[in-house]
Amino acid sequence: MDTYYNPKDLGKFSEMGEGAPELWKKFNEWYGAVFQAGALSEREKALIALAVSHAVQCPYCIDAFTEASLEKGADLEQMTEAVHVASAIRGGASLVHGVQMKNINEKLTM
Amino acid sequence: MQARHKSMKAFGENLAIANEQLKVINNGNSLPRFDEKFELVGEGRLKAAEIEIFQINLGKMCNQVCKHCHVDAGPDRKEIMKKETMQDCLDILNTNDIPTVDLTGGAPEMNPNFKWFVDEVKKLDLHIIVRSNLTILETNGFEDYAEFMANHKVEIVSSLPYYKKSFTDKQRGDGVFDKSIAAMKKLNALGYGKEDPELKFHLVYNPVGAYLPPSQLELEQDYKRELKNNFDIDFNNLYTITNMPISRFLDYLIQSGNYDSYMQKLVDSFNPVAASNVMCRFTISVGWDGQLYDCDFNQMLELNMDHGAPNHIKNFNLNSIRNRRIVTGQHCYGCTAGAGSSCGGATA
Repeated sequence: MDTYYNPKDLGKFSEMGEGAPELWKKFNEWYGAVFQAGALSEREKALIALAVSHAVQCPYCIDAFTEASLEKGADLEQMTEAVHVASAIRGGASLVHGVQMKNINEKLTM
Repeated sequence: MQARHKSMKAFGENLAIANEQLKVINNGNSLPRFDEKFELVGEGRLKAAEIEIFQINLGKMCNQVCKHCHVDAGPDRKEIMKKETMQDCLDILNTNDIPTVDLTGGAPEMNPNFKWFVDEVKKLDLHIIVRSNLTILETNGFEDYAEFMANHKVEIVSSLPYYKKSFTDKQRGDGVFDKSIAAMKKLNALGYGKEDPELKFHLVYNPVGAYLPPSQLELEQDYKRELKNNFDIDFNNLYTITNMPISRFLDYLIQSGNYDSYMQKLVDSFNPVAASNVMCRFTISVGWDGQLYDCDFNQMLELNMDHGAPNHIKNFNLNSIRNRRIVTGQHCYGCTAGAGSSCGGATA
């Protein structure tokens, strides 16, 4: 194995069902239902998934949901904005912890 | 991928030759053969039904050189249907009960006898569809063609791969989006795309790359909202079409390293409902030189009608064309994937 991540492994995802077929079946049913149009459109869900894929830094998910977003009618502009949303939350999440730093700084210093 | 200014044929590219394309398409031994897969529909081999549309390719000349074009059309293409072949088509239409004539190209308007032909078809009281690329209607020498088509109650179907400039120009060439907007405004001013049932104007979406189209219904709502809000443009319906793995799109797939995964996706997305509604069951395709094909894609792959059906309009016989067995290949997966694809959009 040259790398931990191999693009072809995405196609083997269903092999995860071999060890626990019932759990895999449940996961698939739930996963499928989640991405069906509901209060949110399929495109909105694909773009959310694309943003989350970047937040959790999953290359398989980025691959799958870039394609899914295109297939739901999104374009590069919309996908880039979705990635910025994920990035802003990740950046903001670090920054907001600065409040803790300030709290502790206040406690420890005169 | 660089913009094109000439056809693949002009550059002598290997994939400009139909047989070279067939070698690539039919070489995927790991993929199930289309004929075998079609048997899932439960109707045996793919066969035609009643013929509703007589589609004529008036020539391969075009003012655009789109990156995905399955015709390899362009300004350098010289294959144009002659007036005598058009007359042969009229004779067939006059003596056979086929209600709709669908004119395509290249840019069909660039055939020097386009107006004469439309006039003659209209005299037969047949419905006419013209597949116009829009920009031709804004090109010098063609400015009055939109009005001509409105006067003849021609239904217009036009490609606009996205409601934004970026994707549209990427696929169809710089400046195409702005020129298309101008042409659509002209069509709207003539009454196209509004309430008049005799002035139908439809748009066609096809993916700008190696992926399948979105839901036709949902995307139509987006197109209608965006084109209305941003440009005050109306149209009737949106048709979503899948890119076929032939000609320039095949070249793109190979050059971009997407060929294997795209073919696998088409096969994995085979939809028996879409397969039972494929357009070749209801359409015949006439080449610029009068040759007969089951569809426009087979035409570009030079796969003539076969299995007892005539291969040229000189031998036209509707009885042997009805219920004919259709010539298929691995490219046919393009029409049966997902929600299906045809000249009239999704089929499932």
